[in-house]
Amino acid sequence: MRANALSHIRVCDFTGQLAGAGATKWLAAFGAEVIRIEDPVRKGMWDILRAMPPFVDERRGYDFGGGFNNHNVEKLGITLNLRTEKGRELLAEIVKRSDLVSENFASGVMERLGFGYERLKELRPDVVYVSNCGFGHTGPYAGYKTWGPIVQAVSGLTFTSGLPDQPPAGWGYSYMDHTGAYYQAIAILAALVHRARTGEGQWVDLSCTEAGLTLHGTALLDYTVNGRAMRRPGMPNSNRSQNPRMAPHGVYAAAGDDCWIAIACRDDSEWKALAGRIDEDWARNSRFATREGRLEFEDELDRQLEAWTRTRDRFVLQEALQQVDIPAVAVLLPEERIDQNPNVKDWALFPEAVHQKMGNVRVDGLPVHFSKTDWHIEHGGPCLGEHNEQVYGDLLGLSVDEIDGLREEGVI
Amino acid sequence: MSAANGARTATALGGIRVVEISNELGAFAGKLLADMGADVISIEPPGGSPMRGYEPFRDDVPDTEGSLHWWHYNTSKRGITLDLETDSGRDCFRRLIDTADLLLECEPPGRLKELGLDHATLAAEHPELITVSITPFGQQGAGRSDLATDLTLLAEGGPVWSCGYDDHSLPPVRGGGNQGYQTACHYAVMSALTAILIREGTGLGQHVDVNAHAACNVTTEMSSYHWLVSKGTVKRQTGRHAMEFSTLPTQIECADGRHATTGVPPRTPAEFATLHEWLVELGLTDEFPESIFIRMGAEREQIDLSQIGSDDELTAIFGAAREALNFIASRVSAYAFFEGAQKRGITVGVIYSPEEAMEDAHFRARGFPVEVEHKTLGATFTYPGAPYVFEKTPWRISRPAPQLGEHNQEIFGELGLSAKEIDVLCATGVR
Repeated sequence: MRANALSHIRVCDFTGQLAGAGATKWLAAFGAEVIRIEDPVRKGMWDILRAMPPFVDERRGYDFGGGFNNHNVEKLGITLNLRTEKGRELLAEIVKRSDLVSENFASGVMERLGFGYERLKELRPDVVYVSNCGFGHTGPYAGYKTWGPIVQAVSGLTFTSGLPDQPPAGWGYSYMDHTGAYYQAIAILAALVHRARTGEGQWVDLSCTEAGLTLHGTALLDYTVNGRAMRRPGMPNSNRSQNPRMAPHGVYAAAGDDCWIAIACRDDSEWKALAGRIDEDWARNSRFATREGRLEFEDELDRQLEAWTRTRDRFVLQEALQQVDIPAVAVLLPEERIDQNPNVKDWALFPEAVHQKMGNVRVDGLPVHFSKTDWHIEHGGPCLGEHNEQVYGDLLGLSVDEIDGLREEGVI
Repeated sequence: MSAANGARTATALGGIRVVEISNELGAFAGKLLADMGADVISIEPPGGSPMRGYEPFRDDVPDTEGSLHWWHYNTSKRGITLDLETDSGRDCFRRLIDTADLLLECEPPGRLKELGLDHATLAAEHPELITVSITPFGQQGAGRSDLATDLTLLAEGGPVWSCGYDDHSLPPVRGGGNQGYQTACHYAVMSALTAILIREGTGLGQHVDVNAHAACNVTTEMSSYHWLVSKGTVKRQTGRHAMEFSTLPTQIECADGRHATTGVPPRTPAEFATLHEWLVELGLTDEFPESIFIRMGAEREQIDLSQIGSDDELTAIFGAAREALNFIASRVSAYAFFEGAQKRGITVGVIYSPEEAMEDAHFRARGFPVEVEHKTLGATFTYPGAPYVFEKTPWRISRPAPQLGEHNQEIFGELGLSAKEIDVLCATGVR
């Protein structure tokens, strides 16, 4: 198996947090040379995850953020002070040698740093430049700022996650930091494929809110074609299934504190099997025999079903229902899905990476395997300036003395 | 390799041919590739994909050609019908693969092997072929892949545990819109493009195994890495991050009954000054006595966030800022709150429904809603548009989703079959 299949791709990487760092993590795991550029004056803390919990032990500071390590495995990290003339010169040299420049600053920041797209193109005519910000670089909100939950709010994702007669539940994490990173990776890869085939670079302006808005396609067509808005009585009710409609379909209480089971009946035969398992009068009621009937009396169906599941252990129930071919799974806690799931272990989904200071730490791996050029995660996220010698020495050809000089001048 | 020959194309993926075996789990991956210019040929069984039966329908009339779900997930693709259970169907499939760069499929593990159409068999003749398989648990994974749905993937994969309400008597929530399938498809597209990029330099074809459950399992942010790093278990909270310990609410009902999220409260003296000015402008300083703390924040030389909790005055200042945002929000509409705060550099969000977002002036100004002509219906409909703006190779819906068998003649013709051969194939069950 050939690792490092993308080793011919060099990335001048300004991304941070998860929304950007997640994109270049993918590239790095396939061997691309991803060089994180960080500000020595602010100790790289533009990426606040550098010093945020969780921590492996009592040590704190910009080299100990658990999230940062998770999102930056296999990347190189250098420091570079772009306030200095020498710093800007060095960045120009790195850009000349890079296939891709990626960032997720607020719009306008790269221009202010003196490295807007026009300048990048001067330095490297076929550069692929992919920016990722909340609202994109044009339009009335181009100057507005976001983080994951704001993106989710404005793009409809918060609204469409919830139960009737309740405020929006939203997403209990930055789903759009993950997904913004996926779109940034897709944009990068598509632009690199185009460049490989034509020699042409380009700028991709990724607006995270737009990316989020594309995730509601069917609901949006229901609005534009049928005039049916998602904001309507009884909606959203996202534990139910809209495309296609099916019932029962939901998350039901199981025995124990905060224990739940997800159950879906995709057709009448699955309901018949479930009704057989339940074996109570209500389940035999003919009004539930057809999908139309179950949808018409869905509230009652859900109440009855939950009264039945509520006294049963979620794992026992899962097994019993799967035995008769009904989609049913326990809602898993982090420790259950990470440590106790055979599918996860066989996949090696959470590999251990070696961090210079934290030691061995498990991180999110990738949910794909390539038969010939699979991903590879071994090194943790870089400590601040960890690869200064390697990058300034090997890539730019500076001597040890020159690098020491840069350090003394506060350039790196 | 199909047509492109490295020619300059107006689309990023022009000339790349993808054969897709239609499936609800993977249709979105095909759409993402097709909207970037790949020639995606979707294969349905003769009776049509089950997705054609998914609600909602145009004008709520169930019809093979009326599923809006089908419409959305199959834009820019061409469509043929092919019965892979028949010899002639499989023969046709192989001829199609002769012309393809990439096969995208979501069949149950083992099924294509039974049909003699698995990657290993096809690659024997086409070493450059890339196959991307999306399945609920991977090709070898434990788990009942035949019972997986978007809901079960998200419940087993972790997202459901993190989403819901402070009130834990309410069930955890699956976010709407089939996000489990879509997450798997994002990874499938990243995989497809990575494999193509690798092939450009090496000529290497390969098989990619995409695991939808695993995709959800690594799309859970803190929930995963708090467990991985420090064995912490997060708990769900209304409209904000699930955390190990409960945090202050961030979601507010505004004066118009709609909601906003307050995001990051002011942290610098300048931001406190701006917030104070806003309170003054709205004439709310008398009704909000804590305004005094906001002014104190504005007058500080600097604010050291690490002192929150130990410096009483600073703690009061910081708490008052969030209270002030909540108070303003309760007095104005959700949109006015959003606009007022963002124009002042304070990061908050209006909680839009999807249709409200699409109608917002910003998204319109950027050309997000796009018009797609359905010639057969003599009508044009508005679709959600580009997730990214490519400078030189724009995203584009090149055609509406294919009608059942719409491109049979065209594509079988491209394969070099004569009209007579096509007729014979059709008569023997190809369609």
